[in-house]
Order: sequence, then C-alpha cells, then structure tokens
Amino acid sequence: MADLKQRIDEATGTSTVGHEWDGIEELDTPMPRWWLWTFYATIVWGLAYVVLYPAWPMVDSATKGVLGWSSRGDLAKEMAADAKRRAPTVNAIAATAITDLPAEPELMQAAVQGGGAAFRVHCVQCHGAGGAGVKNLYPSLTDDDWLWGGDLATIEYTVTHGIRNPDHKATRTSLMPAFGRDGILEAAQIGDVVSFVRTISRQEKASASSVRGAALFADNCAVCHGAGGEGGRQVGAPKLTDAIWLYGGDRDSLTATITQPRNGVMPRWGGRLDPVTIKMLAAYVYSLGGGEKGLAPVAEGAGADGQP
Amino acid sequence: MASPEDLSGQPAPLYEARKGVYPKAVNGPFRRFKWAIMAVTLVIYYGTPWIRWDRGPYAPDQAVLVDLANRRFYMFQIEIWPHEFYYVAGLLIMAGIGLFLVTSAVGRAWCGYACPQTVWTDLFQHVDRLIDGDRNAQVRLANGPWTAEKLAKRVIKYGIYLAIAFWTGGAWIMYFADAPTLTADFWTGQAALVAYGTVAVLTATTFILGGFMREQVCVYMCPWPRIQTAMMDEKSLLVTYKDWRGEPRGSVKKAQAHPGGFGDCIDCNQCVAVCPTGIDIREGPQIGCITCALCIDACDRAMAQVGRPRGLIDYCTLDDAATEKAGGTGQPIRKTLLRPRTLIYFGVWTAIGAAMLFSLGERTRLDLAVQHERSPLFVQLSDGHIRNNYTLKLRNMETRPRRVAVSVSGLPGAVLWTDSGSREKAGQRIELALPADSVTSVKLFVAAPAIGPARQDFTIGTRGLDGDPRGDSDIIQFDRPEAGQ
Ligand code: SF4
Ligand code: SF4
Repeated sequence: MADLKQRIDEATGTSTVGHEWDGIEELDTPMPRWWLWTFYATIVWGLAYVVLYPAWPMVDSATKGVLGWSSRGDLAKEMAADAKRRAPTVNAIAATAITDLPAEPELMQAAVQGGGAAFRVHCVQCHGAGGAGVKNLYPSLTDDDWLWGGDLATIEYTVTHGIRNPDHKATRTSLMPAFGRDGILEAAQIGDVVSFVRTISRQEKASASSVRGAALFADNCAVCHGAGGEGGRQVGAPKLTDAIWLYGGDRDSLTATITQPRNGVMPRWGGRLDPVTIKMLAAYVYSLGGGEKGLAPVAEGAGADGQP
Repeated sequence: MASPEDLSGQPAPLYEARKGVYPKAVNGPFRRFKWAIMAVTLVIYYGTPWIRWDRGPYAPDQAVLVDLANRRFYMFQIEIWPHEFYYVAGLLIMAGIGLFLVTSAVGRAWCGYACPQTVWTDLFQHVDRLIDGDRNAQVRLANGPWTAEKLAKRVIKYGIYLAIAFWTGGAWIMYFADAPTLTADFWTGQAALVAYGTVAVLTATTFILGGFMREQVCVYMCPWPRIQTAMMDEKSLLVTYKDWRGEPRGSVKKAQAHPGGFGDCIDCNQCVAVCPTGIDIREGPQIGCITCALCIDACDRAMAQVGRPRGLIDYCTLDDAATEKAGGTGQPIRKTLLRPRTLIYFGVWTAIGAAMLFSLGERTRLDLAVQHERSPLFVQLSDGHIRNNYTLKLRNMETRPRRVAVSVSGLPGAVLWTDSGSREKAGQRIELALPADSVTSVKLFVAAPAIGPARQDFTIGTRGLDGDPRGDSDIIQFDRPEAGQ
C-alpha cells in the first residue's frame, strides 16, 4: 500500500499526489485552465443535447427532444430524396419502349440494376437468386432456351401477364394433354414417343421403337412441338432437339412428362408491380446471359462507371 | 490524509491559467536554420497545390492532388489508385522509421524545427514582435492597462493571426481540388459546403493553437514528446546545459570579485528569455524543451560577450554529458550520428524506399480482377455446351482511352463473349475499348464443351493493344455438372 504522505517536491515546488511506487512519486501538477473550460463546454454540450435530441429513456419510448428529430424521420427524408434523385432515370425508362432500351446503354444499365433489385424481391423464390431455376419445377432464365421467347418485349409480356393464370385473359396459356393419364396413348406407345424424342435430341440411336414413335409424334405432338420437335413458342412448347430439359430428358422423366404433364404456372406481375418495375425486371432477365439478341446490342464498354 | 493546504500553507490550485511566454528575439546559426526550415515548409505547404502538371486531357493537371471524389491520388508523375494504397502505407512506414532515425540521432529535431505546431507558433511569435515589440515591450503591454494603443495593437495583431490562420486553412483544401477553380468557386460562394467547413475549422484551430495555446499544445496535448522519449537513448543529441561547467553561476561582477569561485554561467537569463516554451534549460532535460536550440544561440552570444568558449548550452548526448562531467571529452559528432542503431534505421528506411520505387517502375497500368458468377455456377446451353459467367473488372489506369484484348487459355474449346456481343460472334479473343482512367465492369460469358473435369482452372488474361502491351491475368475456375447430372 502506498504511503499517502503528501509533500512539496523541492525541485519544482509542486506538491506530490502522495503515492509512491518504487521510489517514483507523481507531482500534483495543476491542469491548464483551458482544459477546465473545455470540460465545462462538454457538460453544456451534453445538457443541450439532452434537451434538443431524444435522449432520456422513458417507460415505452425516449424523450422526444425539442428539435423533433428521429432516425425514422431521417430515413423517410432519405428515401424521399432518393426517389427524387432516381425520378429522372425512372421517368426516362418509363418513356422508352423496352425494345429501344439497348440503344441507350446508360438507361439499359440502370434498368438492369433496378430489375436486379426487384428480381431479388419477387422472383428468387422460384427462379433462384441467379435465375438458374429449379430442375423439374421452374425454368432457368440464364440459358439460351426460351419457352415463350427471350427477346425484351416477349419477356416483358410474360412477366406482365404470367403463365397459365386461370383468371386472366391475356395470360400465356397452353395445356399439354395428359396422354397417359387420360388414356390417349398406351404405355407402349408412350415408350415409342420417348424413343423418338430421344432420337431427335441425339441421346439415342434410331430404333424400331423410335420409328413407331415418329408416326405417333406426327399425329399427337407435332401440332405444338413442330414436325421436327423444334418447339412452338406461341404455345410455350419446348424445343425437343436441344440439351435443355426442364423436367428431365432421360427415359423415366420423359415418360412421366408425357403421361402426366406439369403445365407450370407463373403469377402475373401486371397490376402488382408498376410498369416501370416490370420493364426493368424484363431487362434484368434479358441480361442474365440467355437473352435473345437480334436487337441492337448494348454498346461495348457500357458499365464503365469511372469508379473502382 | 493531509490536504495540500497543511503542507504548503496555501490551497494548491487544481487548474491554472497559462503563463504568458514572451520569447526574446535571438540571432545565431540555429535561429537562421530555423528560419530556413520555416521558409521551406511554409512555401511547400502554401505553394504545392499551385504547381501544374500536364497529364493530358483525361486527368487533372494539378501536380499534387488528393481527388477524393474519384478516389485518385496524384503526385507529379505518379498516380495512385485505391487498391494501390500500399504505396501510401509504405510512405507512412517510411515516415515512422524516418522519425525513429532522426530521433535516435538528433533527438527531438522534429519538434524543434519541422512540426507544424512549432512552425506556426514561431510565425505567430514573430507577429507578436512585429506589432508589440520585443520581449520587454510585450510584457509591458500585456501587464499594462487597456489604452487605445493597446487596443489598436491587439486588434491589428489578432487580425494578422486571423489572416494567417485563414490562409492556412484555405491552403489545405487546395490539395483536394483544382486550386485555381476552387479559389474562384470559394470566393463566389460556389464551393462545396465541406470546403467552407474545413476552412472554418482549420482557421479556428490555427488561430487558437498557434495564436494562443502554443507551448501548451506541446506540453499537454501532444503525444509525440512521450513517444519520442521512448525512441531516444543515451547517444541521442539533446539540448543540454552543461552544469558541470556553468555552476555555480554568478554575474561577471561577482566572478571578478571571487576569481575561481564561479562557473561559466553568468546568470544573464538570456537562455530563459529566448525560449519559445518558456522553460529554464538549466533545470535539466524536461518535456517542455522542443530542442529548438535557440537557447544555444543566446548563450553562445553571452559567452562571446564575456570572452568565454561557446557551448555552455549545447547539443550533447547523455553519454557525453557523463564523460565530460568526469573530465573527459565527448565523442565526435560523426560517431554520434553514425552508429549501428541509426545505420540500421537508415538501411531499413532506404530499403523500403527502394522497394517502392522499384515496384512503381514495374507496375502495369492495366489491371484485371475476375469474379466467378456463383449463382448459378454453370449453365447448360441448348447445344450441350456449358457456360460459366464471370465479371471482369478492368482498370485502365492510364490517362488515355485504350483498346485491350481479353483471351482465355487452358480451357480447350472455349469461346468467350460479353453481354454486349452475342454468342454467334464469340471467339477465343475479344477486344474491348476502355475509357481513360476508369474501371470498366464487363460481364464475360465463357462456353466450353460439357466433356471435361467438373472443376477446371484456366486463365483469363488481358493485353494492351496499343502502347504498353503488358497486361494482367487471373486464374479462375470453370465449373461443369458432375458426370451423370
Ligand atoms: S530550452 Fe532551449 S532548446 Fe529547449 S525549447 Fe527552450 S530554447 Fe528551445
Ligand atoms: S544564457 Fe548561458 S550564461 Fe546566460 S543564464 Fe543562460 S546558461 Fe547562463
């Protein structure tokens, strides 16, 4: 325990604080006066703060403060300011036909970004965060195969009106018959059709079965899927000659599909989202990598933001 | 417990007003050196932003510019991007080691000559002498009644303080924007609010710290004196009063009356009068001493007047002090400066500097960063190929637009295209136009046959097509579905 004996230090004439550690003593040097005033100023500042701003916790909320400031109010202000800041871009997108967007790289860029945000809110539940879809359930939006068409205007239409919405006239709709369940085709016949489909998609070699299947296909399937299985976009009939299969391209999957098709649905976003958001969503989906070109390409180097 | 009153007879004050320091003008080699340092540092500080440096049409033509908005730092021919911040870190490390070096060699030289607080305090003290006169006149004026003359002098003096402070704050913001434009904007009310705010804050701090608080900043507020003490050793040079030579002190008259009874100090108090921090060096080394050496100048003059050798107060190491006290002679100054410790600091300091210069010379101004799109990892295309998506960040750090080629290697059969081209036009190499001094974000699609390992590393590289052909490359993964998927 330190020996609390204060004394005057001869060298400086200042009293010591009275503590001593290993022979080292501390001088009780006075603080400079500006320090004292700074200290008073912090007290005044603290009091003023308590009066002006919410500070004192009460039972169910804090004191309001005479300035009426709140972080919620700040947020509302920032949101309003942000909406105002975005207004020119949003209005410009609204005023531009979706097919004209690619000609305006900056607008397109803005639309893709806005669409990405909307996609993460409304679409990821089915199509996945990156738009890759879910096998056997929801189509991938990132590949180069489109059931209903992959250009901007078509995507916009699909998003607006949805697919197989029972109570909406303009919705995209078509129904693949349940050939098996409804007894249109025998199980053996379905097997032949499967053989044929797997032949035209180059997964199997031609066989007796596939030759029988070709005739059945021409009678039952070609009207939607096309004579060669090239698909029919008016009715969302998938192309059967490529490597992309929403519900699987192996024998079992194909048999299941023909026996009892899924006829997937998608809600319509028209009426739930405003047209600008839908337009931006379409632009985003288009940009995912599978968007069909044939339209003016986005200028090279778009996306340069001058920022690291 | 005894209260301080019991001991000293009067209450010890807890707080105390600043004691005025009225340093006397002095002349001598150290004072002249201090003038020179002051002139150089002030000219550098006030003048640097006005140096122009032509970098072509796509970059600012201010030689030294911290462009916060665009996150660039320009220093003459060197342009630093945020991801090259290690150069700034390197400079800071060099500054740190430089301080070790200087402090271990010559003690608190930074405090005495180059510290902004010292420089501006010195400047303001000179203003005091200009308006109020030298030490005695200043003391008289400070203690005297408020006459019209005193009022006028105070108004003029504080006016000059304020002008210097404002100029100081104004010079600071010039480093962050084009100086001539900013000056014009500033005076026409067009500059950013933060510019006015910064000038206001710096004017206030300069006015208060330089004009009024002065040595109090060094003694009470600044951490350096404490840190520097830890960097010094017995071989560092300190301003030392050689008490073994000077004591007992006595005036010339007394010394004549008692020959041999007194040391060299004639107790003229000049060393105290000239000290800008108001301390008495004859009390030994103390935290208030910034080693400005003005007391050396003053004492050397006094010694010359009475015909005694100079150096009663002098730069001296603790080791030398002990030797001299014992009757020996100290080390030559060269040995004090060049010893293992300072040489090691110097070696490290130069090594870092050389490494930075070397890497500055070697760095490419075309930088690539590739990010693999992970959601989804891969996409099956209708022709059976597998496509992976990447985001390329291409930094064109040259101040001119460039054309560059992007190509892949190590991935057989791969083709690439960007979201601005279509797959029909895909190839093994694409060309891109990059705007000057910018980062371009490009979505890159790479398609390769489905047959191959599920995970395969390959290289995406860039190459300049004009001028500097050097580029950058990144090794990145290509994903395929596992077999049977
Ligand atoms: S004691 Fe001497 S060296 Fe130290 S601050 Fe005062 S004048 Fe400068
Ligand atoms: S200036 Fe030199 S001689 Fe005069 S009081 Fe100081 S130490 Fe003594």
